Amino acid sequence: MIDFLFHPTHLPVIFASLMGISILLYVILDGYDLGIGMLMAVAPEPDHDTMVAAIGPFWDANETWLVLAVGLLLVAFPAAHGMILTALYLPVLVLLIGLILRGVAFEFRAKAHGVERGWWTAAFIGGSAAASLAQGWMLGIYVLGLEVSWAALGFAALVAVCLAAAYVLIGATWLILKADGALQRRAVVWARRSLAFALAGMVLISIATPLASPRLFAKWFEWPTIAYLSPIPIAAGVAFLALWRVLARLPQPGDRGSLTPFLLTAGIFALGFFGMAYSFFPYVVPDRLTVWQAASAPEALSLILVGTLFVLPMILGYTALSYRIFRGKARGLTYG
Amino acid sequence: MDAELLARIQFAANISFHILFPTITIALGWFLLFVRARFLMTGDQAWMQVYRLYVRVFALSFALGVVSGITMSFQFGTNWPGFMERVGNVAGPLLAYEVLTAFFLEATFLGIMLFGHDRVPGWLHTLATALVAIGTSLSAFWILVLNSWMHTPVGFEIRDGVVFATDWWAIVFNPSLPYRLTHMLLASGLTAAFLVAGLAALRWLKNDRDRDVVLALKTGVTAAAVLIPLQILAGDMHGLNTLQHQPAKVAAMEGNWETRGHVPLLLFAWPDQANRVNHFEIAIPSGASLILGHSPSAVVPGLNDFVGRHPPVAPVFFAFRVMVGVGVLMLLVSWWAAYRLWRRGEPSPLQARVLVLMTFSGWVATLAGWYVTEIGRQPWLVTGVLRTTEAVSAVPAPTVALSLTAYLLIYVALIIAYIGVLTRLALKAHPAPSGAAPRLQAAE
Repeated sequence: MIDFLFHPTHLPVIFASLMGISILLYVILDGYDLGIGMLMAVAPEPDHDTMVAAIGPFWDANETWLVLAVGLLLVAFPAAHGMILTALYLPVLVLLIGLILRGVAFEFRAKAHGVERGWWTAAFIGGSAAASLAQGWMLGIYVLGLEVSWAALGFAALVAVCLAAAYVLIGATWLILKADGALQRRAVVWARRSLAFALAGMVLISIATPLASPRLFAKWFEWPTIAYLSPIPIAAGVAFLALWRVLARLPQPGDRGSLTPFLLTAGIFALGFFGMAYSFFPYVVPDRLTVWQAASAPEALSLILVGTLFVLPMILGYTALSYRIFRGKARGLTYG
Repeated sequence: MDAELLARIQFAANISFHILFPTITIALGWFLLFVRARFLMTGDQAWMQVYRLYVRVFALSFALGVVSGITMSFQFGTNWPGFMERVGNVAGPLLAYEVLTAFFLEATFLGIMLFGHDRVPGWLHTLATALVAIGTSLSAFWILVLNSWMHTPVGFEIRDGVVFATDWWAIVFNPSLPYRLTHMLLASGLTAAFLVAGLAALRWLKNDRDRDVVLALKTGVTAAAVLIPLQILAGDMHGLNTLQHQPAKVAAMEGNWETRGHVPLLLFAWPDQANRVNHFEIAIPSGASLILGHSPSAVVPGLNDFVGRHPPVAPVFFAFRVMVGVGVLMLLVSWWAAYRLWRRGEPSPLQARVLVLMTFSGWVATLAGWYVTEIGRQPWLVTGVLRTTEAVSAVPAPTVALSLTAYLLIYVALIIAYIGVLTRLALKAHPAPSGAAPRLQAAE
């Protein structure tokens, strides 16, 4: 087992998987708090505090998954880190400024009053939107192999909107879990409306990716591969349908089923992610650099892996503890 | 300006902005734990009130540190791809261990520390506070290991231009780590101490003189008075360590051109690198020889031994004087205020005013110190291994100029907002009696 894990040809694959898990956890976890940030644009002012309270204890740790994902890219695949981030220089700038604005607005907002509070709320909404759109944009450019053409930019713009919609969807489902009364009913409506956009985005990427690259087309549509892979799109379709039906029935008395929409959405995110991971593996920069070409020295990777195997279970453990402590409906936040 | 200089300014701006906040939170975390412990031991509600104000300061500072830290992790790739390509096998594991052991720990338990007081038992809340403090300190440890290794690299070999680790023990405990880590942790302690004291002094001046204000004032001033002599000692030892490993940096700090004995200590001068002389020298004869060699005739290295391999002199020379100057001021102010506070139990109005002015003095000294050591490492990114020029990305200058402008605008705005909010938090720490006074958690 140890020999298998630490084998020089396996290490890059293990690190690609670890990075994948971090990205998936980031997209689900920070996805819901970015989504709630954007939803504050349409929510009535009195609901803002509850919405902030629904993500207050979590957002910081959620964002750390991004740091881990980028960190793993940096330390395990330094050549790819340079290539990807240099090519995405401007969207990265927008992403970072968005994250800075929303992160600090969160704190500043809690300590401001009147007009000033309104500004920080606007910074929170704007920062959340900018970060989400930038991530979608980067995803679009990355999917097409970091090319810059008008078609690629148009596609990136489309993915940007769709990913933002997906974040709004998962944000709304998190609110269904954490809010009650009028806000919960509103969250159900928001989830229903964003569902169509998120679905459109997923279908678009699924169609565009194989069309853009003959390699990917072959990877997906050759017999018998297509038979093995068919459970992914079918499961995603079923999850969308189930989500649609569940949302139509919520809220229910006794708050039954308020966790289901979030779990279904997270499942959809995971399926989309696995589809994409399958498409790109073994490339870390599409069609240019494989995980083996981009990897750091095996000694360095082994050392990081030892630490990861020890620490990751602890991280997951205390993350679970935090979610357990803050379970139940969100109330106004007060520092203790 | 060329893209490399812009990229350097951008990295300097980002890391300067970032370091302001960890410098506060590393020590403020331990301060909060101390305050909590005092409350638990004495049951005195005033300590809880101290906690309530400074935990807000902590939360705000922490958020600013987190978001500016995320920026840093991306900038390695966007602006300095050569760094990780060449020394990634050493830098990578160190950065990874920082994220794994420190970031998640502090981020997760911060949520419990800030918002969990009515959801968890008192012991768990105290434990969360302790884990946040441990997390911030661990984070400082790993990042200073990497930074120290960049100054005094050991435990590696170079194959095909790429660095490979050979001895991790040597890398982690590299020659400058003990000095740099101690110096930085003490700097954090002083920064937090003056911040705590400064905000309390502001309240005291505005006639908010309840027991919690005096407690915070006493704790801050006493901590500063204890830490500053230790810092002067640690700084001196760090300087001697630098003399051993990076003599060109020390030559620039002293503004000394020729290697010789009886080198004066320059209180002021205008180093002229083009002509390789100093103008307007005000000096203490043989002072530098005495400090660095413990003898008036001790030989001090000069910049002319390192032509083409030494840092730009003026920024290192002046930054060093700013750091030492603020340090001396800290010594005078903290001892003066501590003496009176312990004898009379309150500061004089003049002392309170001076302490308010010194609220952010730790920032000035810390930044100046970092400029000394980081500019002092130039032209190297990793001493003797990788030049800064070799690591820069090919992003064109106008693009870097655009991102630099955006960062600068946002950072200036945030610093103004930060100082404004801290001031207001301090002044409104005691809500009007008629308002909804926060209910204290007596059960804890």
